[in-house]
Amino acid sequence: MSLDVLVCVKRVPAPGAKVPLTEDGRDIDTRHLGFTIGPHEECAVEEAVRLKERHGGSATVLAVGPPEVAEQVRYAIAMGADRGVVVDTGQDELDPQATAAAIVHALGELDARFDLIMFGNESADAGHYQVGVRVATELGWPIVGGIKGIEVTDGGVRLRREIADGSEVYQLSLPAAVAVKEGLNLPRYPSLPGRLKAKKAKLDTISWQPPPGGLRKIRLRQPEEKRADSVLLGHGPEAAPAVVDVLEELGVC
Amino acid sequence: MTDTSSAQRKLPSTADVVVIGAGIVGNSVAYHLAEEGWRNIVLLDKGPLPDPGGSTGHASNFIFPVDHAKEITMLTLDSMRQYEKFGTLTTCGGIEVARKPERVEELKRRMASAKAWGIDAELITPQRVAELVPFVDPSILLAGFYTPSCAVVDPLQTGALMREHAQKRGALTVSANTEVLDIEVVDGRVRGVRTDRGDIATETVVIACGVWSPRIARMAGARIPLTPAVHQMIDVGPIPELAATGTEIAYPIIRDMDALMYERQSGADLEIGSYAHRPILHEPDEIPSIEEAALSPTQLPFTEEDFDPQMEDALELFGSILNSEGAGVRHAINGLLSLTPDGSPLLGETPEVKGLWSAAAVWIKEGPGVGRMLAQWMTHGHSEIDLHGADISRFYPHQRTPAHVRARTSEGFNKTYGIVHPREQWTSERQQRLSPFYSREKALGAEFFEVAGWERPQWYESNRDLVDKYGVEDRPHEWDARWWSPIINAEHLAMRERAAMIDLSAFAQFDVSGPGAVDYLQRLCVANVDRPVGRIIYTPLLDANGGFRSDLTLVRLGPDKYRVITGGADGARDRKWFLDHLPDSGVSFSDVTSAVCTLGLWGPRARDILSAVTEDDVSNEGFPYGTAKEIVIGSTPVLALRVSYVGDLGWELHAPFEQGTKLWDAIADAGEPHGLIPAGIGVYGTTGRLEKGYRLMGAELESEYDPVEAGLALPKVKSADFIGKQAYLAARETEPAALLCTLTVDDHTSSAGIARYPQGGEPILTEDGERIVDSKGRSSYVTSAGAGPSLGKYLLMAYLPPEHAVEGRKLKVEYMAEQYPVTVARVGRKPLFDPDDTRMKA
Amino acid sequence: MLLLVVQVDDHPAWLDAVQLARGLTDDVHAVLFDASRADELAKQGIKAAHVVEHDVLSDYAPEAYGEALAQLVGELQPSGVLAVGSEKGNEVMAHLAARMRAPFAANCTQISGTGRPWLITRIRGGGMLLEDAEMDAGCGVFTVQPGAGTGAETPSTVDQVDVRRFTPDLRDELARTRVIERTEREAGVSLATADVVVSGGRGVGSAEGYRVLEELAELLGGAVGCSRVATNNGWRPHSDQVGLTGTKVAPKLYIACGISGATQHWVGCMDAKAILAINTDPDAPMVTRSTYSVIGDLHEVLPAVIAEIRARNASAGTSG
Repeated sequence: MSLDVLVCVKRVPAPGAKVPLTEDGRDIDTRHLGFTIGPHEECAVEEAVRLKERHGGSATVLAVGPPEVAEQVRYAIAMGADRGVVVDTGQDELDPQATAAAIVHALGELDARFDLIMFGNESADAGHYQVGVRVATELGWPIVGGIKGIEVTDGGVRLRREIADGSEVYQLSLPAAVAVKEGLNLPRYPSLPGRLKAKKAKLDTISWQPPPGGLRKIRLRQPEEKRADSVLLGHGPEAAPAVVDVLEELGVC
Repeated sequence: MTDTSSAQRKLPSTADVVVIGAGIVGNSVAYHLAEEGWRNIVLLDKGPLPDPGGSTGHASNFIFPVDHAKEITMLTLDSMRQYEKFGTLTTCGGIEVARKPERVEELKRRMASAKAWGIDAELITPQRVAELVPFVDPSILLAGFYTPSCAVVDPLQTGALMREHAQKRGALTVSANTEVLDIEVVDGRVRGVRTDRGDIATETVVIACGVWSPRIARMAGARIPLTPAVHQMIDVGPIPELAATGTEIAYPIIRDMDALMYERQSGADLEIGSYAHRPILHEPDEIPSIEEAALSPTQLPFTEEDFDPQMEDALELFGSILNSEGAGVRHAINGLLSLTPDGSPLLGETPEVKGLWSAAAVWIKEGPGVGRMLAQWMTHGHSEIDLHGADISRFYPHQRTPAHVRARTSEGFNKTYGIVHPREQWTSERQQRLSPFYSREKALGAEFFEVAGWERPQWYESNRDLVDKYGVEDRPHEWDARWWSPIINAEHLAMRERAAMIDLSAFAQFDVSGPGAVDYLQRLCVANVDRPVGRIIYTPLLDANGGFRSDLTLVRLGPDKYRVITGGADGARDRKWFLDHLPDSGVSFSDVTSAVCTLGLWGPRARDILSAVTEDDVSNEGFPYGTAKEIVIGSTPVLALRVSYVGDLGWELHAPFEQGTKLWDAIADAGEPHGLIPAGIGVYGTTGRLEKGYRLMGAELESEYDPVEAGLALPKVKSADFIGKQAYLAARETEPAALLCTLTVDDHTSSAGIARYPQGGEPILTEDGERIVDSKGRSSYVTSAGAGPSLGKYLLMAYLPPEHAVEGRKLKVEYMAEQYPVTVARVGRKPLFDPDDTRMKA
Repeated sequence: MLLLVVQVDDHPAWLDAVQLARGLTDDVHAVLFDASRADELAKQGIKAAHVVEHDVLSDYAPEAYGEALAQLVGELQPSGVLAVGSEKGNEVMAHLAARMRAPFAANCTQISGTGRPWLITRIRGGGMLLEDAEMDAGCGVFTVQPGAGTGAETPSTVDQVDVRRFTPDLRDELARTRVIERTEREAGVSLATADVVVSGGRGVGSAEGYRVLEELAELLGGAVGCSRVATNNGWRPHSDQVGLTGTKVAPKLYIACGISGATQHWVGCMDAKAILAINTDPDAPMVTRSTYSVIGDLHEVLPAVIAEIRARNASAGTSG
């Protein structure tokens, strides 16, 4: 059974140990930062490519945001996706309702039908946990989140989710949507030929301004860090007695 | 374990020296200072150890030892010995490959440099390249330049070991995660360093901060003229063939020179680096902090579009493994490195602040050697390897401005792997310093070359008809003829026949005066400067070791007043040397370079011309050779010096800068009936000079050779003490290890049947083609090369050990992988042309 | 009135949600998917509990949960609905908000205002940043970030919780996303709930290198964790990964061995009561942010610690 899969990815900054903010505090200062696809979504792209390789069909990748999201779409094509869609909604950050609306709008514009739409469980930067559910709800499709295992069955997909004390299995008929988590697979690095192919790939661009949603960001802040000086227990193996004293003090030994 | 948690670390309140920056350079400086006997050394870095986040942490860490520049090659070889000693060097070999015919020529030129500097290398066929590195597609290659001693090194580990050694000596305190907030300067001298962990009082600070160096130097009011620039690197893997080797590097590194990129194995990956993309410059102030950066401050986000063309080049050469199943781009960065206006490092004490030293713009391949040389310099005032090309004081003020740095580094970036002609001129930032003769010269079709920002005519198109008149032959090979014209030789012959006027306004000129002037200059100069007023004194300046620091001309203008005239190329370094030794009182020093223009007038008709425009006595009796006096030309007061660097009768005419055009016109008009021509620096700096055997600072003269070897020892040693006197006396007492000789090329015909002309830097070989090395380990190579039109010979200068420094001795020069017969025509200073100087003393 | 969804996945942080809700109003009702928890509510000051009952809700079914809540909201018209910002709490609230076509703020640490607008603070990037935002909604939909509460007891005047039944009208089709199979994890300590987590990063060096961490974890009755580097290198399964895209842990003691402490990892372990960092680099972020530190190679330090524990256990055995 061949599968036509759509993966929705988000362009997110790749920060280091501290996330720098712009002076007005409204955004992350990305002057020195690169952009990437979040780890969950990278796994989604990898899975879509593997499903295509295993079962036939196609893998399409879609991103919503400024025109620069093409960089992430091309990265996904370099990983093996067939087709890329840029939904150009301008420079302003969208709230999750607007993002979902843009995806639904794009699905209506595209002359393609999908059996499965994959999302990351939550975006790496904003973490709203809802775009996939909103899109699926608008489409009337089933969706389950937190998925770390996908198996294609006759007419559907069998999904595995890890929970604190074990795992759960869901069985969805197609068409369906799924929100996945890192650990689903180990994503490949794009090959050089893949990069060249991605560079030359023609992307579908849809420009559309969605109506704003109800959540308005005012500003971003660094969390306060409770920083006490670390107690140095010693150097090398000689520190062992001091370590065990602490273990006993904390009642874990 | 000597490191402690940052919270518990205390900085000493005083230090003999504070080294800022714990990359390979800072570690090496600290280590070698400790070896030189320094104690109470503090090494700071804003970042953590062992990798503080600078360029040392992400560099590709390979070393190709061969460079056309001797200074850089010597620093590299010294560094390789140190890496080897620390056990952090792995020899893997390296091959520079050519895709284009011009590159094959360049590889042949590299063979000459390899031989000159004593590095084993060979030209190999594409098939041999593919035998050594089986993944390369030989069908797209024309040749390879194989250096078996190429190596990869571990600079982080080396740095850690260097710190450990210095700490074991009890000489070093290391403080990571320590930010420098300010450098305290009082009366132009370093007094202390302020950090976020406390203040340190010190008189000596070394800035070894790589791309951050300009920012740190600015705290002290000094400029370190470099710019951070991007060098793109990607890692592709895992590649089964590489993984199968089970080692970090099993195959020689490939430099794909025409694609301006390199490929090296790194474990299971192939690391690809590029110097082909557009220059991407950054501001030192804009480099992100360690916390803000995703990877490290000097590993910036990869800009894919810049790398795309190189990816295709890499696939072409390494397609067989880059297409491997499962191999992907695992890591891709825009790595920052330091670029300087002329591509050389920035070493030495800054001209602005005493006690503030720069050790910046250094590559991994030079790091340990730079540390050792700088430590010697800081300790003894000189170093084993002559560092004049890297001396930070070589720059004039305009060359230290951000605009200049940006323009020149942008232009220079793609030269990293480029084919750079030794005479190649810059195109950016030109017309910075114009002599008053410039508009006249331009009208005459001058071809301008630059020195120290000055535009100087190299030759004049207006003289082209002289080429036929004198029957000057062109050079048949494009490389030899590049940045050259037969007009130079024609101008030379016209000067010898009639007279020529030459713009020398690029001279750096200083006035030294006051009651202490004589003593001050005696201390700096080898020659006795206490000569009668009006005398011209040529003198070497030595460092304490007896090597050349400079050579220049003094004019005694009065009992307590001298004019110092030195070359434009070295003027900024000389200025610092003079200022460094200036006493607290009794001598005043002023730089009059920008106030004085200079026009040379030489040739058998020079006296006729000059006497036509002045009423002053310019006869041989009235104005003998070797003297100077004030004369008037029209209404222009002129300081006239009866000297010559080209070997003909004549004068240097020094005039107020703003009256320069009048001077030019007066001489040109008076010269017309005598057949006076304008001549360029091609005559002054090369043909005229070589015929007369005059030595040039930076070519023949450098700190690694002494005046005896250069043939510049004076007949008598003055009684006054001077810097380097002990070494000079010792050198006079011992048999020199080498002597500077002038050689003639006996046959220019190449295997292709055309005449070829060595350009300088080539090895001099025995008749059997063996390298010649003197007892001090210095090899013989061509220090200057050029035509001697009046001799009908092509001349080379080279130091030769005594057994070869014999007039008439047959030797060879290797040029473009072919050997040409040469003969030692002169040992020592006596000119080949007009050996008794009758012409200029006429 | 605020509606508090107590039970989605029985996450202990529901008390944080109670505190945020009680901070806004005393009029808080609970939603339960089974009546057994009703007794705990009175002392939290919750007046009423709505027990939602339907065959389709026999096991976790996010769509059906969302639809049932939407119907309850339609009937009760609360000013807001809160749940715990756990994975499933967020999933169900997303379904609720999508059905209501209303905005939803996930992982809030503060909520104030009255709905026109709500003023909220929520976490981004797993806690790397805080976001202040406004939300226009007649009925606000929120989840509360675990740990956002003050931890203090909220005074209660409620003696008896008013338990009401609510049976939504759910089409069978909504069972399509219901759990069809469950597997209990094998016996042993779970990473998410262990009192001690012995975690290793790049410094461990290899898959084999984790043996010494496993040994210490077993000795302390704890679990082994790892950083993303270890997962990407294939040294440990992703289920061991602590961090933004792995498991968030809050043990009594987190022992970080050879972990430098990148943000992606830090947000996964920062809620530990104490952190012991073992690292060769005294300036690694994990060391400077730790409670206790040992500077040294973990492969030398851990065996010594294990030997010390064994020695003390042995002497306690003989003397006792």
